[in-house]
Amino acid sequence: MTEVKSPEVPAPPAAVPAELTPQPGRWHRVRPYLPLVALLVAAILPYSTLQLPGIFEGPLNSPGTLQLLAICLIFGGLAAGYDLLFGRTGMLSFGHALYFAAGVYGTDILVTRAGLPLWQAALLTITGGAILAALLGAVALRTVGIAFAMVTLAFAQVGAILVARDFGGLTGGEEGLPLDVSGLPDALVGVTNTVNLYWLALAYLAVVVFVVHRVSGSPTGRVLAGLRDDERRIGVLGLDPYRYKLVAFTLAGGLAAAGGVVYCLIVGGASPHITSSELTLSLLVMVVLGGPGTRWGPVLGGILYMYLDHRLTAFGTSDAVDSLPAVLSRPLSQPLFVLGTIFILAVYFFPGGLAGLTSRLTLLRRSLRLPTPRSPR
Amino acid sequence: MGTVILLTLTGLGLAALYFLVASGLSLVFGLADVLNFAHGLFLGVGAYATWWAAGNLPGAGPDGFGFVLAVAFGVAAGTLVAVLVELVLIRPLYSRTIEQVLVTVGLSLAGVALLQATWGADARPFPRPEWTRGVTGILGAQVPNGGLLLIIAAVLVLGALLAFLQWTRYGLVIRAGVENREMVTALGIDVRKAFTLVFAIGGAAAALAGALGGVYFGTVSPGQGSSLLIFAFIVVVIGGMGSVLGSAYAAVAVGLLQQFVNYYGTSGLGDICVVGLLAAVLLLRPQGIAGRVATA
Repeated sequence: MTEVKSPEVPAPPAAVPAELTPQPGRWHRVRPYLPLVALLVAAILPYSTLQLPGIFEGPLNSPGTLQLLAICLIFGGLAAGYDLLFGRTGMLSFGHALYFAAGVYGTDILVTRAGLPLWQAALLTITGGAILAALLGAVALRTVGIAFAMVTLAFAQVGAILVARDFGGLTGGEEGLPLDVSGLPDALVGVTNTVNLYWLALAYLAVVVFVVHRVSGSPTGRVLAGLRDDERRIGVLGLDPYRYKLVAFTLAGGLAAAGGVVYCLIVGGASPHITSSELTLSLLVMVVLGGPGTRWGPVLGGILYMYLDHRLTAFGTSDAVDSLPAVLSRPLSQPLFVLGTIFILAVYFFPGGLAGLTSRLTLLRRSLRLPTPRSPR
Repeated sequence: MGTVILLTLTGLGLAALYFLVASGLSLVFGLADVLNFAHGLFLGVGAYATWWAAGNLPGAGPDGFGFVLAVAFGVAAGTLVAVLVELVLIRPLYSRTIEQVLVTVGLSLAGVALLQATWGADARPFPRPEWTRGVTGILGAQVPNGGLLLIIAAVLVLGALLAFLQWTRYGLVIRAGVENREMVTALGIDVRKAFTLVFAIGGAAAALAGALGGVYFGTVSPGQGSSLLIFAFIVVVIGGMGSVLGSAYAAVAVGLLQQFVNYYGTSGLGDICVVGLLAAVLLLRPQGIAGRVATA
């Protein structure tokens, strides 16, 4: 029986061939600062009253738009955290929603049922989420590959059952559990303060991107990339794959739990649909759409996915779709149908996701331009 | 005593449902290394096609021979969808495991949404023969007939599958392919034909599970497949990848455990015990009851 552990995730090339290195253009010097500029623009966005008809329903600083943006940012961060597992370490986990849900329900229960102040609840929840990830990861990581995927899926299912069956009356079962806002800081409560929640979500995204960036640049990150490409080789080098994977799994679980804390504040409670395996599957979709293993791909994928998920619902009930024949309008009114189809197409035609698109377009442009300078030399 | 027998038989009914879903999954995974998330979709297609046929297909109906025709139509629809999925979507990604999983994930999301778009998100009453609503007295227990029907169907499918695998040429190819695919290919046999066949078998079994599950539960809804799928995955892992008999044993163990603990403990505790069983099996015997070690 020769089981070849092939690296399924396409690895980035070790060194970019000389002819592919882009010429230092006029953006060359500005490039390292672009993330900061983007962060700044995102931070001052709520001060703008710009109307973007068709893209958002109200002006940019209306609470509805800000809440949608905040949710998009959270999922950008979640996808980036999940990419630490899938894109950077090559672990296909189907149970990541569990740690996010642990964050949401943990905060909600500690604040609403136990009456703790928010900062204590948040701290306890994030620690608890990381410990949960470490414990479950310790069992699940004894398997590899597809079996690992199934085991994490099964663990997440236990979480979903626990929440839905409402043991001890803690989770509120099918109805979910609204957050008791009386104990929260005033700045985080009420429709007029949505902007603060937006900044909180932005800060969460920035922290996740920073952590993932630092981890993947560190020696540990090199080992994780090595595990993705060839686990046996890492073992031969004398490093224990199990421990490194467990570190990545725990870290990703903690980040997801932190995202759950912020999400709970933004949405103002917890509902059982966040425990469903569908959420993990959509995280996977976000990462693959954005480009696994890249710095900005998963973030963009997460933001875009959540945006489309929300807006396609509105688009599906709009007049333009309703006037179509029923064969077309009914599937189009289901966001998941559209997103699932886009996802399948992306797997076939854009394996690198959004992040791979630029280099593909550059290649295309080059190949179109090449014949011209060849004539007189 | 009556309670124990009732619980045993309803547990076996649940096990039959799991087995019908898991046997196809297990064969597909064992042979083609595809973790098929779209399997729940085949189940949904089977259920909805049966439901549709009972109301609209001439000659088919909710009772007697018409019902058999409706179920046959549902199974045919499930098989057709499974074969199309294999030919169009899975085959181009041959031996790229992760991409195949991703495609089936996308398919399960889009397919369930499509079912929902066509027939609505709410559960619909399933047309079923009058006698399946009744109960049969067995040793003092009143057992619902729908569950007995499931058990009989699962036993027949198990027998047919084992006979097919044991005594036909394609069964031999599939068994050999599960054991060592490279060697079968090296002997000049086109394993990919066997892939399509295995998908067709799995799709048919899942569609049958959808139709009979509709009879058992009395309703049909788009999400039914995905909730069953997770337990079917657990059954596959416990039973061992690629082993039909292992799936059968594991399905019985999981079904009985779930039913008994849910009755004697709190509702929902049985589902958690099943995951506990999965963890125990993985720690003690990673290759499952019968089968090879699950690797990527």
